[in-house]
Amino acid sequence: MAEENMVRMINVVKEYIMGTVTVNALKKINLVIEKGEYISIMGPSGSGKSTLFNMIGGLDKPSQGKIYIDEVDIAQLDAYELAWLRCRKIGYIFQSFNLIPVMSALENVTLPMIFAGLTQDEYTKKGVEILERIGLGDRIMHKPLELSGGQQQRVAIARALANDPVIILADEPTGNLDLRTGREIIDLMKSLNKEKKVTIITATHDLKMLDVSDRVVWIRDGMVERIEERADLDLKVGTIEGKEI
Amino acid sequence: MASNENNAARINRQIHLPFRRAIVISMRSIKNRMVRSFITVGGIFLAITFLMAILTSSAITDKIQKKQLDQIQTENIVAQTEADKAENATQIWLIVISLIVCGVGITNAMLMSVTERFREIGTMKCLGALNRFIVELFILESAFQGLIGAAAGMSTGIILTVMSFIWKYGWSKVIVSIPVLNLIGQGAMAIVIGTLLAIVAAVYPARIATKMMPADALTREV
Repeated sequence: MAEENMVRMINVVKEYIMGTVTVNALKKINLVIEKGEYISIMGPSGSGKSTLFNMIGGLDKPSQGKIYIDEVDIAQLDAYELAWLRCRKIGYIFQSFNLIPVMSALENVTLPMIFAGLTQDEYTKKGVEILERIGLGDRIMHKPLELSGGQQQRVAIARALANDPVIILADEPTGNLDLRTGREIIDLMKSLNKEKKVTIITATHDLKMLDVSDRVVWIRDGMVERIEERADLDLKVGTIEGKEI
Repeated sequence: MASNENNAARINRQIHLPFRRAIVISMRSIKNRMVRSFITVGGIFLAITFLMAILTSSAITDKIQKKQLDQIQTENIVAQTEADKAENATQIWLIVISLIVCGVGITNAMLMSVTERFREIGTMKCLGALNRFIVELFILESAFQGLIGAAAGMSTGIILTVMSFIWKYGWSKVIVSIPVLNLIGQGAMAIVIGTLLAIVAAVYPARIATKMMPADALTREV
């Protein structure tokens, strides 16, 4: 089976200097994520989950070690190249949705496409298609204020898919959503993962994410505690979930 | 890395923010924060009204002096308007100071705007926005507010001054003494000054906006 590695982290260390104290956010992380995988990074607050996540997403650079995103060493990239990476290769989804409030759903989704240089016809057509795919075809002109939390997150997912990225990074995507809406979002992300073969990496507290993940990476105190495969998880999920919501 | 500049130039061409789009976004941002925009626009309006009033006053005064009206009446008017001129000189100083104060107020208001919108800025950077897009958006926003305030200030300044002259010297004398060409020139200058002031005042806040790291901007709890 031809393995394509989407993300490779080699001996990654991240230290923050706060005054006289050095905080070791990440202590020697080694991680390989394959193309098309659905990975969840789980861990308590302060475990370095967010820091790790930022590294993978090209939002931060390691103090030591190397990170390769699609075989590109991100520490070598300058501001322009990072911007290009974020525009074309990586899609981001956030806990607080982060839609631009002055723009409609369609405009939010097509903004990355505008950055990528598509013409108005091209990006309008593509934007409408994506919004219809995620079930918001009748709300394309609504502003974020006029949408529910779940709908906003779906627009955010559509936006993340705008330029057909190879990776989607989702930081606590269900954090601000109720159980049922969270479930819908997770199902949507999984179906997109299967359909478009896009690698999805989420950082989350949400245990509902467990049954859709191919692998789960548990982080504690800045180190990878363990990595669990889907098969290992099946047994546990049965006892956690109990009843279907 | 060899040809770093070429690389930057290449990517510069590959990430776009069409100017029309930037204008739409800036104008919507102004609408979104109407009250604060009114304060910014209001500041420029007042300063430019003041400026235009002084300029108009000098212009009309000069023209009245040049016009050959009834000899006796002209002497009276000349004496009066000389006094006005001296007053004007002090007022120019006041204007400069008021413009500076206005500019500082705009910088403050824009800084507030930038701080409030850290998530928006961080998000746009995550979508691939280059720093110059962020700068462009904030400068455009400020420029629009400057333009509107200056245009309104210019009109108000002219109208108020003309009316005050008519009140002082009577309709018939003033109506033939309005130096239309001069006023158009000065009016254009006032608009340019107001707009430029707004743009310059926004430079520092725009730079602060570009310094925001996408990561900090997004994961910070508000």
